Amino acid sequence: MLRFILTRVTLVIPTFIGITLLAFALIRLVPGDPIEIRAGERGIDPVRHAQMMQEYGLDRPLLEQYADYIWDVLNGDFGASITTHQPVLREFFALFPATLELSICAMIFALAIGLPAGVLAATRRGTAVDYGVMGVSLTGYSMPIFWWGILLILLFSVHLGLTPVSQRISDLYWVDPVTGFMLIDTLLGDQEGAFLSALHHLVLPSIVLGTIPLAVIARMTRSSMLEVMGEDYIRTARAKGLGPGRTIWLHALRNALIPVITVVGLQVGVLLTGAILTETIFSWPGVGKWLVDAIGRRDYPRLQGGIMLIATAVILVNLTVDILYGIINPRIRHAR
Amino acid sequence: MPLLEIRNLSVTFPTAHGAFRAVDGVDLTVEEGDLVGIVGESGSGKSVTMLAIMGLVGYPGQVTADRLAFDGQDLTKLGRRQRRKLAGKAMAMIFQEPLTSLNPCFTVGFQIMEALRVHEGLSRHEARKRAVQLLGSVGIPAPESRLSAFPHQLSGGMNQRVMIAMATACRPRLLLADEPTTALDVTIQAQILDLLVDLQRSNRMAMMLVTHDMGVVAETAQRVVVMYAGQIVEAHSAGRLFAHPRHPYTQALLDALPERSLGRARLPTLPGVVPGAHDRPDGCLFNPRCRYRQPVCLSDPPALADDRVGRETGKIRCHFPLHPADLEASA
Repeated sequence: MLRFILTRVTLVIPTFIGITLLAFALIRLVPGDPIEIRAGERGIDPVRHAQMMQEYGLDRPLLEQYADYIWDVLNGDFGASITTHQPVLREFFALFPATLELSICAMIFALAIGLPAGVLAATRRGTAVDYGVMGVSLTGYSMPIFWWGILLILLFSVHLGLTPVSQRISDLYWVDPVTGFMLIDTLLGDQEGAFLSALHHLVLPSIVLGTIPLAVIARMTRSSMLEVMGEDYIRTARAKGLGPGRTIWLHALRNALIPVITVVGLQVGVLLTGAILTETIFSWPGVGKWLVDAIGRRDYPRLQGGIMLIATAVILVNLTVDILYGIINPRIRHAR
Repeated sequence: MPLLEIRNLSVTFPTAHGAFRAVDGVDLTVEEGDLVGIVGESGSGKSVTMLAIMGLVGYPGQVTADRLAFDGQDLTKLGRRQRRKLAGKAMAMIFQEPLTSLNPCFTVGFQIMEALRVHEGLSRHEARKRAVQLLGSVGIPAPESRLSAFPHQLSGGMNQRVMIAMATACRPRLLLADEPTTALDVTIQAQILDLLVDLQRSNRMAMMLVTHDMGVVAETAQRVVVMYAGQIVEAHSAGRLFAHPRHPYTQALLDALPERSLGRARLPTLPGVVPGAHDRPDGCLFNPRCRYRQPVCLSDPPALADDRVGRETGKIRCHFPLHPADLEASA
């Protein structure tokens, strides 16, 4: 097992090099530079511009800048944001819990609905339930997130007044960030109603962000269950006199989960991408919104750092999935 | 009262070209403690008959029977829940492929204990004790430590022993063994077969042994039922059937046994295949492959009739059953 993990970790190195190169190159392909953008409509004197470019080291050859950047990153220094002059790492970790909390809630929502829906569709194959689940999930999958988010806000927040429109918690509360997770911090604090308010704020963004993973999970679970239900060991389970509940939810689902877990891992990447849109729609103070702002400001260090750190998170999740995979599927655990 | 009584059992599957009868009017009686062999080529409906008895024929298959009674209890009138109380307890089944028939995600201990806990309500501790005993009784060495093994860590023969332990966990009165040795090595086949026969005797349970290996049946069964294309074509005591097959199909199966063809240059074979959904002939279903075919065989399907040979009564479905003299003539 240890060797398995070590091999996986080693494979991560080339991925990282690729990511840094991409992050570094892509943002520099976008017209404009941080200095120009900051000056805005007023414009800036070319002499002053060149001076400032030199100040930030942006006038040097790209390869040199890249080598310097990599060296700094290897030493744990992600640089400082050009806009706020704060260290990128500190800003990222201050905001990342908000994104993580939203992503986790979205994934819980997607799993809580997607898994049972997929199982139901498979066990009632060819019925209205099956067509219903598959139709709805296809719709969900094809829905542009920003449009779906705005639609939900219009219905639930504006017309029905059921949910808040933006932010993580009502302005009535001030919560000291301990873990950065609003749900946990409000429980640690002693303000009455703060936890419920935080939960209330999470509902709509989680649904919006979880819709695509939900659709993917439901479809994957269905096809995986259909395959597993035809296996010999399901016949054995029934021959043992086990009821449909035990046969489906224990014997079949446990096997069907193996491919679903892989998909869930891949969806985490999708989730973080989706978080950028969702956070923008709901003014959610997470890394997604922080990155979108960075693009607008051509804040190179922030973008590079942010992309690298998010990529790290995705890679870590996929590593976890690989390990989980081994736990769920004993055939992999024992393979040499 | 017989343990299992089947009258006119049929299983049909809808196809694009109309219904296909995988099992066609099977009559069968199994007494307490009987060992009945069921033989026939692939596609002759043996396995589906077993599944129908267990209540495991899945959608879209349809099971009909004039009578399907276990221990006097009419199975066709039981609800699914009551049916499940019998399956795995009073009647159990083991399958052809031991590795795929065990759930790869659970330890063999869990899978054996599950049957005990569901049917007999044993505690975890009691179930564990029984599972160790069971694994020991099916000849698995170090049963205690094997409980935590996963199916993929055991050999095919070991897995089949686990299946047998699982099926016999609740001391069933009827064990349906669907080609239990087909997927195993020849050396292991004999061991598993011996184990099954031992268990059948010591537990005094009835067993229906499905196989397409006539040799296996000759060694074990008291009675033999020969199936072809979903129908019973002949049923006799094992001794009778092997000495004097009455149906041309039985004769052909026996002729194809290598030990019966010693001294011959070539092993006799039976050309052709069992008719499927689309090529069922008129008249006798076996007529295209029968070397004794007469004009009447092409038009009239023979009925399953009582067949009295000496003091024994069996069943035969043939217009022109063979006589011992025919056999000698053909040899």
